[in-house]
Amino acid sequence: MEDMLFYDRMQFAFTITFHYLFPQLTMGLSLMIVYFKWKFLRSKLEKYNEAAKFWMRIFALNFAMGVVTGIPMEFQFGTNWAKFSELTGGIIGQTLAMEGMFSFFLESSFLGLFLFGEKLLGHKLHFVTGLMVFLGSWASGFLIIATHSWMQFPVGYEILENGKFVLNNFSALFSNPWLWPSYLHNQLASVITSSFVVAAIGAFYILNNKHSEFGKLFVKTGVVFGLISSILVAFPTGDMVAKNVVKYQPVTFAAMEGIFETEQGGSEIVLIGQPNMLEKKLDNKIAVPNILSFLTYQDWNAEIKGLNEFDAKDYPTNVPGLYYSYHIMVGLGTIFIALMLVATVQLFRKKLYKTKWILWSLLFMLPFPYIANTTGWYTSELGRQPWLVYNLLRTSEGASPTVSSGNTLFTLLGFIGLYLLLGLLFLMLVGKIINKGPHIIKH
Amino acid sequence: MELFWYIVLVTMLAIYVVLDGYDFGAGIVHLFFAKKEKDKKAITSAIGPFWDANEVWLIAAGGVLFFAFPTLYASSFSGFYLPLIMILWLLIFRAIGLELRGQVHNSLWELIWDKAFGIASLLLALFFGVALGNVVRGVNLGMVENGVSTQEAHYFFLPLWNASFSPQAEQLGIIDWFTLFLGVVSVVALTIHGANWIIFKTNSSINEKLKKTVFILNFVLLALVVVSLLVWHIIEPDPFHNFIKYPLMWIFPIITFVGLFGLFKVRTFKKHGMGFLFSSLFLLGGLSSTVASIFPKLLPSTNDLNPSLTLNNVAAHDYGLSVGMNWFFIALVLVIFYMVIQYRVFKGKMDDVGYGEH
Ligand code: HDD
Ligand code: HEM
Ligand code: HEM
Repeated sequence: MEDMLFYDRMQFAFTITFHYLFPQLTMGLSLMIVYFKWKFLRSKLEKYNEAAKFWMRIFALNFAMGVVTGIPMEFQFGTNWAKFSELTGGIIGQTLAMEGMFSFFLESSFLGLFLFGEKLLGHKLHFVTGLMVFLGSWASGFLIIATHSWMQFPVGYEILENGKFVLNNFSALFSNPWLWPSYLHNQLASVITSSFVVAAIGAFYILNNKHSEFGKLFVKTGVVFGLISSILVAFPTGDMVAKNVVKYQPVTFAAMEGIFETEQGGSEIVLIGQPNMLEKKLDNKIAVPNILSFLTYQDWNAEIKGLNEFDAKDYPTNVPGLYYSYHIMVGLGTIFIALMLVATVQLFRKKLYKTKWILWSLLFMLPFPYIANTTGWYTSELGRQPWLVYNLLRTSEGASPTVSSGNTLFTLLGFIGLYLLLGLLFLMLVGKIINKGPHIIKH
Repeated sequence: MELFWYIVLVTMLAIYVVLDGYDFGAGIVHLFFAKKEKDKKAITSAIGPFWDANEVWLIAAGGVLFFAFPTLYASSFSGFYLPLIMILWLLIFRAIGLELRGQVHNSLWELIWDKAFGIASLLLALFFGVALGNVVRGVNLGMVENGVSTQEAHYFFLPLWNASFSPQAEQLGIIDWFTLFLGVVSVVALTIHGANWIIFKTNSSINEKLKKTVFILNFVLLALVVVSLLVWHIIEPDPFHNFIKYPLMWIFPIITFVGLFGLFKVRTFKKHGMGFLFSSLFLLGGLSSTVASIFPKLLPSTNDLNPSLTLNNVAAHDYGLSVGMNWFFIALVLVIFYMVIQYRVFKGKMDDVGYGEH
C-alpha cells in the first residue's frame, strides 16, 4: 500500500510539474501579445504587429504542449485518484467541468482564429480574438485555482454518512477566502515568467547584434512588465497568501519558515539554514530577530506557533522539501525585484541597451521564473500533505484501490520517456523560431 | 435530474465522436491513401484549425462525467487504467505529429511525423471501438473470484487481454473478440467519415478516388453492422428489450440506417458535404442506439453478486446537479456561438483559404 501510493504521487507530481511549465507562459504571454497588438492598433507601427506575431508563433507551440500535457492531468483524477474522485467529485468535478465548458472551448476556438485568421478578419477583429484567447487562459487558471483552493480550504460542503462530500453552497466555492489571493498571486507569477522570457530573448538579440530593433522593444516591454509583476507578486499578494497559510494551516507555516520552537517575544526570520528533522532544529542558521512576527502580524512581538506545538502525525510529510521550496521561491522573488529595479533605472537613464551586465543577467535569468513557479506550487502542495482535502481526507485514502504499483510504475516511466521527447522537440523548435527571429514582411 | 445529465453526457460524447472522428478518419486516409505532398497538405489543412477544439469535447465530456457521475468516473477510469493511459499517449503522439510535421522541412522528419499522426489515428479509432465494446459487454464489478468480491462492489480492474479472448469468460480482458470486432467497425466507420470530410473540405486530387473507396467501404460497413447485431445476441440474450419498452428509442436505429443508406449515393452527390452529413448521422445513430440498448445501465456487471452501475447509483448529489444546470446552459450557448464563428470563418475549401501559411 505504501509504495503503491508512492508511484501515484510521483506520477502526479511529475506530470503536473511538466504541464505547468507551459500554462505559466501561456497565461502571461497572452497578456503581452494583446498588449503588442493593441499598441499596433494605436500606433499603426508595423513593428508592434510583427512583435505580436512573433510571440504568437512561440505561444502556439507552447499552447499545443499545454494542451497535450493537460489532458493527462484531467484523466489522472480518475485513473490514479479514484477514491478521491468518488468522494469529492460532486464538488471539484463542478469547477473542473466548468473549466472545460467555459475556458477550454473559448481558448481553443479562438486560438485557431487568432493564428490563421489575420487576413480573413482584419486587425480589429484579430485583436478581439487575441483578447478572447487571453480571457480563456485566465479563466482556466481561475477555475483550476478554485479547485485547488477548495482542497486547501474546503468550503460549502457537507459530508454524507457514506463519506461522500457534497456541495451545499455553490457560490462559496468562489468566495473562498483562499481563492482570490492565490489566484492573483499565481497570475502575477505567470506574468513574471512571460516578462522574463520576453526580456531574455530581447537581450539575446541585442547581445547577438541580430534583430536589435526588436531586441530593444522586447527588453523594454519585458522589464516594465517584469518590474510591476515582481513587486505585486511579493506585495500585496505574496503577503496575502502567506497570511492565509498562517491563519488556516499554522502547522504548514511553521514548517515553511523552519520554526521548530515557538518563540516568546516574537519570531525571527530565517534567511539561511538547513532543517534537521532528527534533532528538530535548523543547522547553520542565519536569522534576523522579530521580523517574521512583524511581517505576519504587524506586531514585533507576536507569537508564531512552532512545530513543537503540533502532533507529529499532522506535520507536512516532507518538512525539508517544503522549507526549501518556500525559501527558493521567496529568495528568487527578491532577486527578481532587485534585477528589474536596476534595469528600469537604466532604462530611464537611456543606458539599458548598452549595459552589458544587465543584458547578460536578463538572459541568464530565463529559467528562474520557472523554478520560482514550480517551487511555489511545491510549497503549496507539500504544505497540504498529508492531506488531500485539508484536515478531512488523507492522501493515503485517495488513491485508486485496484491499480497496482506495477502498473503505475509502468505508466510513470512511459510519461517520463514521452515527456523527455516532448521537451527536447519543444526546445529545438522554439530555438528555431528564435533563431529565425521577427521579420517585417514588406507587401 | 440524473436523466438530464445522462443525456448531456451521451450527447457530448456523440458530438465528440462525430467531430474528432473526422480527424481520426482523416488521419487514416492520410496514412493509406495520400501519397503526394499536396494531398497530405490538403488533408492536414482540412483539420488543422479544428482538431484542438474537437478534442475539447472529450475533455469537457470527461469533466461532466466527473462532476455528474463521480462514482462511474472513479470506477471506470481506474478500472480501465492501462488502455486509458495508452489512449492519452496516442492522443499526444497524434497531436505532435500534426503540429510538428510542418515545422522542419526535411523528408525524414516529415515521414516520421506523418506516420506518427496516421498510425496514432488508426489505433485511436480502434481503441474507441474497443472501449465502446467494453462498456456494453460489462465488467466484473467488485472483481468477483469464486463467488466473493475482492474489492468494493463498484471497483474493478481489467488487464489488456485474457488468454481466452472471450467476452464470456469469468476473468475478462479489455480486448476480446467481441470488443475487437467493434474496434474494427469503428475503424471502418471513421475512415468513411474522415474521407467524407476531406471530400467536403478540400480540392485534393484523391477526392474522386476517395468517393469510390467510401462506396466500397460502405458495403463492408453494412455487412459489419449486420454481423454485430447478430453477435450482440450472444452477449445480451434480449438485446431489444429497451426498444420494446420505450418505442421512442427506435429513432436511434432509424437514424443509423438513414445515414448508412444515404452513403451509398456518395458518388452522385452534387452538394458538398452531403456525404459528411450522412456519415455523421450514422455515427450519431450508432452510438446512441448502442448506449440506449443498455439504458439505464451505464456499466453492466458481468457477475450476479454486484449490481450494475446505473444512472441512479452513480450520480452526484441533487444540489450540485441542479446548480450545475444553470452554468451549463450559459456555457452551452457560448460554445455554440464559438463554433458558429469558427466554422463560418473557415468555411469553404481549406486549401483555398491558405491555412497553414503563416
Ligand atoms: C514567479 C513566481 C513566484 C514568486 C517570485 C513568488 N511566488 Fe509565491 N507562489 C507562486 C509563485 C511565486 C505560485 C507558483 O504561483 C504559487 C503556488 C500556488 C499559488 O497559488 O501560487 C505560490 C504560492 C505561495 C505560497 C503558498 C500558498 C499555499 O500554501 O497555497 C506562499 C505563502 C507564497 N507563495 C508567498 C510568496 C512570497 C511571500 C513571495 C515573496 C517574494 C512569493 N511568494 C514570490
Ligand atoms: C501547476 C501546479 C501544480 C504543481 C507543480 C503541483 C505539484 C504537486 C506535487 C509535487 C504533488 C505531490 C505531492 C506529494 O505527494 O507529496 C501534487 C499532488 C497533488 N496535487 Fe498538485 N500541483 C499543482 C497543481 C494542482 C492543482 C491545480 C490541483 C487540483 C486541481 C492539484 C491536485 C493535486 C492532487 C490531487 C495531488 C495528489 C495527491 C497528493 O499527493 O497530494 N495540484 N501536486
Ligand atoms: C491538476 C490540475 C490540472 C488539470 C486537470 C489541468 C487540465 C488541463 C487540460 C485538460 C488542458 C488542455 C485544454 C485544452 O485542450 O485546451 C489544460 C491546459 C491548460 N491549463 Fe491545465 N490543468 C491543471 C493544472 C493547471 C494549472 C495549475 C494551471 C494554471 C494555474 C493551468 C492552466 C492551464 C491553461 C492556461 C491551459 C491552456 C493551455 C496552455 O496554456 O498551455 N492548468 N489543462
